[in-house]
Amino acid sequence: MVGLEHYLAVAGALFVIGIFGLFLNRKNVIIILMSVELILLSVNINLVAFSSFAGDLVGQIFTMLVLTVAAAEAAIGLAILVGFFRNRGTIDVEDINVMKG
Amino acid sequence: MTVADYAFYLFAILLVASGLFTVVARNPVHSVLWLILTFLSASGLFVLLGAEFVAMLLIIVYVGAVMVLFLFVVMMLDVDFAELRGGMAKFMPFALLIGVVVLMQMAFAFGDWHVAEGSQALRAAVTPDAGEIHNTAALGMLMYDDFLMLFQLAGLILLTAMIGAIVLTLRHNPNVKRQNVIAQMHRDPAEAMELKDVKSGQGL
Repeated sequence: MVGLEHYLAVAGALFVIGIFGLFLNRKNVIIILMSVELILLSVNINLVAFSSFAGDLVGQIFTMLVLTVAAAEAAIGLAILVGFFRNRGTIDVEDINVMKG
Repeated sequence: MTVADYAFYLFAILLVASGLFTVVARNPVHSVLWLILTFLSASGLFVLLGAEFVAMLLIIVYVGAVMVLFLFVVMMLDVDFAELRGGMAKFMPFALLIGVVVLMQMAFAFGDWHVAEGSQALRAAVTPDAGEIHNTAALGMLMYDDFLMLFQLAGLILLTAMIGAIVLTLRHNPNVKRQNVIAQMHRDPAEAMELKDVKSGQGL
């Protein structure tokens, strides 16, 4: 019988894959953005699993809000990426040092 | 094992495998396609959990909009992706180390967690019986009633994101001729035209 622990294990594995992807693709901003999407998806799986097994609908409401913020974040991130590529001709993270920070 | 259990294991294995392929794929277009498969498997899990509305939302909003946006950007940018992959072997040991450390932390938390005493009484919105009211209708009543403020704020966040994305990517090209409405309205026939009386057979 599949219980809450099974879903939490899947979400945990996906979270770790997201972190792994962040550190593995240190140069490619597009893959870094996709890794962030993976991490947010694992959080969503956690929220929906707890919502389903505890019988509380608020978890699914939070999932929708997380989806909204993730979509906004992806749109802004890709817009910044396009603007950066127009100015510099590359998307290498190591080249993002215009502000000397 | 029932059919639902088999479906869970199918979706779970698909989810983890396609998530892994997303971060290690050589071609970013393949990465986006693997990410789409990840979201589809996750929506399958959501259906198994009885959250149909969120599952369909994931397919429509994510696969339909956000992933297509990613695909557009990946294909539009003329980037030498082979060069960006170059440092992958260098980062691999460090990434594996971080991954294993985070996995161990998760395992510690996973090995010893308990449901709090009286947590059943603390539920903010008890899920109604599925035979009585549909998941979408129940979520809608909750969303437009108790969480109206959060709903409106989510809309504002999307508006901000839309304006921000347009402002960041809009570019004025001086070579493109545009309509100037004010100039059109102030155009005076007396200044714009000159009438000449041409005699026949003479010309100007």
